Amino acid sequence: MSGRTILRVARAVFKESVRDRVLYNLVGFAILLIGASFLIGQLTAGQDVKIIKDLGLAAMSVFGLFIAIFIGIGLVSKEVERRSVYSLLAKPVRRSELVIGKYAGLLLTVAVNLAVMAAVYYGVLGYMSWSESEAFKRGWEAPAADPRLLIAVYLVFVQLALVIAIALFFSTFSTPMLSAAFTFGLFIAGHFGADLKNFEVVVGDSPVRYLTTAIYYLLPDMAAFDVKTAVVHAQPVTAGYLAVTTIYGAVYAATLVAAAVLIFSRRDFK
Amino acid sequence: MHPAIATDRLTKDFPVGFWRKRPYRALDGLTLDVSPGEVFGFLGPNGAGKTTTLKLLMQLIFPTSGRAFILGRPVGDLSVRRRIGYLPENPYFYDYLTAEELLTYFASLFDLRGADRRARVSSLLDEVGIGGERRLQLRKFSKGMVQRVGIAQALINDPEVVFLDEPMSGLDPLGRRDIRELILRLRERGKTVFFSSHILSDAEALCSRVAILAGGRLAATGKLTELLAYEVRGWELVVTGIAADALERFSPPITKVTPIADGRYVLEVRADAQPAGLIGELASAGASIVSLNPVHTTLEEIFVSKVQAAGSAREGALA
Repeated sequence: MSGRTILRVARAVFKESVRDRVLYNLVGFAILLIGASFLIGQLTAGQDVKIIKDLGLAAMSVFGLFIAIFIGIGLVSKEVERRSVYSLLAKPVRRSELVIGKYAGLLLTVAVNLAVMAAVYYGVLGYMSWSESEAFKRGWEAPAADPRLLIAVYLVFVQLALVIAIALFFSTFSTPMLSAAFTFGLFIAGHFGADLKNFEVVVGDSPVRYLTTAIYYLLPDMAAFDVKTAVVHAQPVTAGYLAVTTIYGAVYAATLVAAAVLIFSRRDFK
Repeated sequence: MHPAIATDRLTKDFPVGFWRKRPYRALDGLTLDVSPGEVFGFLGPNGAGKTTTLKLLMQLIFPTSGRAFILGRPVGDLSVRRRIGYLPENPYFYDYLTAEELLTYFASLFDLRGADRRARVSSLLDEVGIGGERRLQLRKFSKGMVQRVGIAQALINDPEVVFLDEPMSGLDPLGRRDIRELILRLRERGKTVFFSSHILSDAEALCSRVAILAGGRLAATGKLTELLAYEVRGWELVVTGIAADALERFSPPITKVTPIADGRYVLEVRADAQPAGLIGELASAGASIVSLNPVHTTLEEIFVSKVQAAGSAREGALA
């Protein structure tokens, strides 16, 4: 496998997706956040920074998810459907390089997207900090432009890396609509994994218990990546937790990308 | 020397049906050789298996059985793809890249860099007639312009063998002429061109050899001159300086007399007649000979007869 080819495919995906939807996405995010900060500043007293911190992280997650799913599901299936893959695969490009390049390209897009959103986020928080009096700021749990918020942004990124892998996996053998439904379904189900684990309390020692436990371990644990509440309330997130969660996300995503490569390499383009 | 393209009993089945899948044979035991430097026309009606063959050669689909080689190497070999170019049928590229960016991207996959790459991209876009539009995103391109970009991308690596699937489709008459001239230039540069088409006049104008595919099977193959000269249907003689009633005297060999301008007549002569003897007799009756041409079976007639024969053979086999 050639790293250079993967990089070239990735660069083309990045260029295309930035022009496709990412710009609108970023403008949408900026308008939402700046608009909300002014509005909330008018309505609440003392809590506005916390609300903006929460809202900003949630919006980054949702807007990032939008990019990851809606570009991710089309990464391979759109190429196949529109037959652009034909000319590409007649070049010295292995199918595995194409799939991994596509993944890397979207990962880069999402990373840049998150970085720009984080810059807007810190800009708004910095402005809020600058415009408030020192006496007022003493009531805050943490400074407005708290660098620890980046931990939550980082884990949103790891989560999106996993979401892209899920979308890519489904898009190697399914239509964009179905891939979107499957990916979104897994994303939602992944947030409720803990309920599945606790199901054993309800069902006792029946075989259903083994089934729910198996599903719990198979489903991606999306809740693990969500430390937004903790960082907004200035609670610590340990380095150990960050490392384990990163490895979990990376291994899960790598397995899905490997499966996508396997499926895509054997596929006939009718 | 290896053939530029060789297939050996290449066969492809596609599963059809929703519940109980049955195999449908799209290509049935195709064995074919194309020599280096040839312009080879791969002809057949829609659904004959032309695109299936091209996809097998490009490894976009995998054969059920049989083998295929390009430049002496198996088609799966990545090194082969450095030396070939491919234009898919009705090509489609990335909406948000410009023509220039697309070609730059594809050129980079062949390790072309810097000034070389820029020069190659620019000269190819000139060659296929994309001017100022090269900086427009491809979603703004018409079908004919996308086809031109498709041809440019197939030539980006200066390939030894070029595969063109229906290269004239979607082009206006001017565009078709441009592509025809481009294929001729490729031939002059010693490239092998393998193109599929159902437009026979293109094949007649360009190809040194053709294969006719029907119902997934090879119905005929050979040099165009052989296929066409094979069946001389008669002769066409243009004469002047003789009256129409004088011509009636020659009526067994001459089957039809058609007057054209300025006292000239077109005479249709039977295939078994000896034109030399007839010319002598006409000359002695005072006629001047303007031209004499054999009337060949056209490629279209050969095509229709082969395709119909293949169709009835297939029906017979199924019955």
